[in-house]
Amino acid sequence: MTRSFGTSGAPHMPPPTSVAKVMLQVLLALVPGVLAHAWFFGPGILVQIILSTIFALLFEFLMLRVRGRPLKPFINDYSAVVTAVLFALCIPPLAPWWISCIAMLFAIGFAKHLYGGLGQNVFNPAMVAYVVVLISFPQAMTNWLPPTALAEYSMGLNDTLATIFTGQVPVVGGWDAVTQATPLDTLKSGVEAGRMVPEIRNSPLFGDFGGKGWEWIANWFALGGLFLLYRRVISWQVPVAVIGSVLLLSLPFWLADPDSNPFPLQHVFSGAIVLGAFFIATDPVSGCVSSRGRLIFGAGVGILTLVIRRWGGYPDGVAFAVLLMNMAAPLIDRYTRPRMYGE
Amino acid sequence: MSMSQQVELAKQAGERTHHFHGGLRLRHHKKISCGDPVRQPPLPELLAVPLLQHVGDIAEPLVSVGDAVLKGQQIGQCQPCAAVHSPVSGIVVAIQERPMSHPSGQPGPCVLIKPDGTEQWAELDRFNDWLDASPDSLMAHMQRCGLAGLGGAVFPTHAKVRDGHNRRTHTLILNGVECEPYISCDEMLMREQPDKIILGARILRRALGAERVIIAIEDQMGAVQKALTSCAEFANSENISVIEVPTIYPEGGERQLVQSLTGLEVPLGGRPSDLGMVCQNVATAAAVAEAVTKGKPLIDRYVTVTGNGVSHPRNFRALFGTPVSHLVEQCGGYTDDVARLVIGGPMMGYPLSSDDAPVVKASNCILALTHKDIADPQPEMPCIRCGECARVCPAMLLPQQLQLFIRNELWDPVQTHGLSACIECGCCDYVCPSHIPLVEWFRFGKGELRKRTLESEAAELARKRFENREARLSRLKQERAEKMARRKQLLKDKAMQQDRIRASIERAEKKGRTKLPTQNSGAPDDT
Repeated sequence: MTRSFGTSGAPHMPPPTSVAKVMLQVLLALVPGVLAHAWFFGPGILVQIILSTIFALLFEFLMLRVRGRPLKPFINDYSAVVTAVLFALCIPPLAPWWISCIAMLFAIGFAKHLYGGLGQNVFNPAMVAYVVVLISFPQAMTNWLPPTALAEYSMGLNDTLATIFTGQVPVVGGWDAVTQATPLDTLKSGVEAGRMVPEIRNSPLFGDFGGKGWEWIANWFALGGLFLLYRRVISWQVPVAVIGSVLLLSLPFWLADPDSNPFPLQHVFSGAIVLGAFFIATDPVSGCVSSRGRLIFGAGVGILTLVIRRWGGYPDGVAFAVLLMNMAAPLIDRYTRPRMYGE
Repeated sequence: MSMSQQVELAKQAGERTHHFHGGLRLRHHKKISCGDPVRQPPLPELLAVPLLQHVGDIAEPLVSVGDAVLKGQQIGQCQPCAAVHSPVSGIVVAIQERPMSHPSGQPGPCVLIKPDGTEQWAELDRFNDWLDASPDSLMAHMQRCGLAGLGGAVFPTHAKVRDGHNRRTHTLILNGVECEPYISCDEMLMREQPDKIILGARILRRALGAERVIIAIEDQMGAVQKALTSCAEFANSENISVIEVPTIYPEGGERQLVQSLTGLEVPLGGRPSDLGMVCQNVATAAAVAEAVTKGKPLIDRYVTVTGNGVSHPRNFRALFGTPVSHLVEQCGGYTDDVARLVIGGPMMGYPLSSDDAPVVKASNCILALTHKDIADPQPEMPCIRCGECARVCPAMLLPQQLQLFIRNELWDPVQTHGLSACIECGCCDYVCPSHIPLVEWFRFGKGELRKRTLESEAAELARKRFENREARLSRLKQERAEKMARRKQLLKDKAMQQDRIRASIERAEKKGRTKLPTQNSGAPDDT
């Protein structure tokens, strides 16, 4: 009695993970930060996430069709959703709907599929999208809100939807009544106007470290990041290097001149440093592979962000820093190849 | 650190355990096959003993169809490999190509023996007192008895011992680390026959000229350590220590085990004997003890038959040549949902297309898996460069880079990135979220590299031949030219001589002498 069996190569065990599982864990890790964002700044962020996700999946679908790739495995890998959510977290909650449309066209169509699709993109698609709309539509990208606790008029879901889709604020006083510069904007323009940092920080916009509300959102993103570290979805080198380099580099400036330089923790808890350290600079595709390479990559992101904040034209610089380091990643990998066993 | 310093450090092996890079903690699944004592299955109706049981040449059959053979009689010979013996007494019914337990899935030549049931042994030679035997005679005996590494690589034992002996081995490591899930044959052997393992260790130590023995076992093997230690004490043998190492796959790899015990790495492209250490499997040691003290050649081994695809998983002491199906029957047959049959463990084992294949020296485990155990094949996705493969790689390679180079046939970077150092443990393959069959790519790459080496060697040979031919031809041409020149010169000389003769004749005629010069014809030359 002999029997035949199907043959298939080792390992003969179900794979413990998949691209989709990795992406889903990233999305899960973003949930606390997103909820905190909605808590402090209203439901705008949720609308933006839904919008950009729809556009991202639409362009993913179209590009896969055009490129003749199978739809199911690539639509179901959630990588487009991660790009969409990360982008939505970077834009003002009241940004008009067509912003995410254009942004996702660039993220999915250009930065991802024209470079060869999943795994082939040289640049982080979410950051490409953000930089494109930031440079092309600076006006629309400044519609930031104050934390709801400080707002004269807090916008509900209907007002938010109306604003995003019509571009008109349905509130007496219009845009001026609802928007507010971000803490980083306030800081930058304040310092440029010759005011002292401690004086600027007296504004109710600021909390203990960063901006009011912002610092808590950063905390929740950090919590999500720790979850990813625990699940080994990301490695510790990038976040440690990003935050470490920001702290170390801003410390001497602050010590030398505390009146015109924010203190190190304020840097970390303002803008996109925490989000960038755990979720954006850790993108494996456009980052470095080796441990040493990841340390260099992270440090590069931190340093470039500070340089842009201090001397550049933009209040925050995480997106530019990440894209610049994306360019350097292959070279860094080449020079940080780890030693082999017995070598 | 210089090599001699490393050898000195290696002598302190086992003082504490060290870490090796990467690896995986996997579920063991070992208990399911450890419940019952090891059993000898009834004789199968027909045994197919392969003449090729390891890497190397096919053994020359020493018997022909119709011959009666005795149990333990040598039936195949292969220099410098290990010999092949008949596992039963019976009649040779055929020598033919049969399905094999081999990764390639190709059939190979087998001696088919129908057992007569008398189990009559051939005459065996053994050592009355191995303590008096010379290392050389022990090694020769190991080769005669067909001993080969039973851990899976089946490297001929005598060759490994010879290498270790020649390179001043100080420590013999007995590998009892059965790191792959499901497999429990070594653990059962250590439980049931610790005395044989200790005896084999002492014989191997003598043949190697080593000072100490370390028996490495996993820290989850429970009573095994005590059994081995008390046997070592009973044998009154010093310098045998039993050391527990962490249960991390692939701890049982030779290089990983050496690193765990010493904290040192075996040099790239080198062997543990570079550090003065030789690794042997515990089962090999037990076989050495039986071969030397009883004269018993290697004709059987402990085999685990396990997995959710068989009704009653257990361990057997199975004769080589026993069909896999026979052992499965002894386990109560397959379960209904059996889907894949694997020789070896789930990480490195290879699938069998038919259960006709025989048990051989390398078969440590027969694993029957169900649909649930293996899950549906997942589509391969592009690499997202997550780097998990590099994190788990015990050889500290960059699997994703290597895979990319192999796909693009960039053979130089493939070599500089150390493809040859890959031990094919499958860790990278297992953790890859994109389900890229990395090990398959690496095997393909290694094959291509081998082919290229052979091709370049052949090209080199052809070039040399061509150059030699050119040199020979031009030498011949030159020689011919010289010969021609010599002959021309000779003719010229002759012509000149005749001219002179004629001239002298004319001179003589002018003088009016009629007598032609006869004897003195050469006279003008003498002038």
